Amino acid sequence: MDPIVVIGSGLAAYSVIRELRKLDRDLPLTLVTRDSGDYYSKPMLSNALAQGKDAAGLVLTPAAEMAAQLHFTLCSQCEVSAIDALGKRVLTSQGELPYSSLVLALGADPIRIPVQGDAADAVLSVNDIADYARFRELLVSKARIAIMGGGLIGCEFANDLASAGHAVSVIDPGPWPIASLMPEQAGRQLLAPLAALGVDWRFGTSVSRVDHAASGYLLTLADGSQLPADLVLSAVGLRPRITLAQAAGLAVNRGIKVDAYLRSSDPAIFALGDCAEIDGKVQPFVLPIMHAARALAKTLAGEETPVVFPAMPVVVKTPAHPVAVLPVARDAVGSWQLRANSDGVKMAFLDAERCMTGFVLTGRYAAERSEMSKQLGLPLPAGAEGPLHGAKV
Amino acid sequence: MKVWQCVVCGFIYDETKGMPEEGIKAGTKWADIPENWACPDCGVAKADFEMIEV
Repeated sequence: MDPIVVIGSGLAAYSVIRELRKLDRDLPLTLVTRDSGDYYSKPMLSNALAQGKDAAGLVLTPAAEMAAQLHFTLCSQCEVSAIDALGKRVLTSQGELPYSSLVLALGADPIRIPVQGDAADAVLSVNDIADYARFRELLVSKARIAIMGGGLIGCEFANDLASAGHAVSVIDPGPWPIASLMPEQAGRQLLAPLAALGVDWRFGTSVSRVDHAASGYLLTLADGSQLPADLVLSAVGLRPRITLAQAAGLAVNRGIKVDAYLRSSDPAIFALGDCAEIDGKVQPFVLPIMHAARALAKTLAGEETPVVFPAMPVVVKTPAHPVAVLPVARDAVGSWQLRANSDGVKMAFLDAERCMTGFVLTGRYAAERSEMSKQLGLPLPAGAEGPLHGAKV
Repeated sequence: MKVWQCVVCGFIYDETKGMPEEGIKAGTKWADIPENWACPDCGVAKADFEMIEV
């Protein structure tokens, strides 16, 4: 029997392999990755300084050890050039690989915002451990860091770098931190605690130019102001990797389109993680990956299993002011209501029936995410804790 | 007292601190955490946990 081939070596790839091996020790498995295949925790890239870790220290298990433990054939430093869906084989820089089932765990590419200037190429993105190693090499002796993007990753990096003593500026065209996930009143909670660490916030503008200066770089912002920096980090979002799937004729949209069984438009090809669009949603967070990996492992082991996602709060690792958020859809009908606010906020999103369908917990309330998750779908009594303010997004 | 780390998401469990907000008292040993406990960050079940000593 041809092996199950997994392309990728991130959390999605290794989680599905780990889960599959709990169910079946013997199914032949091959992992193809263009990286080394060393296993590391990607969420730790944006808080490694505080953990006292460098890039090498973030590797939890080397690739060869993963292959031995989980009993798979490792093809590392191996580029996949094409998928032959009809012939059920993958074409790679190390030859052809036939597959029985194919799992795409390709991840996502950092979005790059076009920037002018003679140092535009110097803008860094940190999307994997190799990027991180380069970032840390460059970080040595660099005092002033400019971060493009004040979203989840931008804020985590800002906290980590500022805590380590760097002077950090965050530039974001949006109105407040993590605006894609959080309403204004919650997002603004991050401003003062991070400013106290030395973070200089620049909202409502973006970086237009990055030029070499006598020392480091000079950034020119869209509002005309200028900002010196020794290192520029871009953290403006991710774009699912769909090119390989698209070229193979698979249905794609923003991500590789899969159903609740993680199955693409080709019945032998599955996708999960940051490259996948599951039932119309791209969910580039840890919890959705874990749930998808468990369901897919069962299906691959012979028991067709759809993924069922429970409430999956997103944790923002900003120790200066921790955040847990269960985001609501952009077009959700209802309103954010403040339940408590002292050293942070507790906010609930109530739908038309006054049932809680989302929440934001910041500061000292962040630890209550399990409690809040249990109340989801239940009608909330008005003003249970403190004054109730309507706060429409 | 030991410190354990979730290999999936990097979550740290420190036995000396426990997780009072999850109902786990300070000083609770890893071995004494209920089997149905899940990593609060990534949802990995305790039985599935691959913890490393840090």
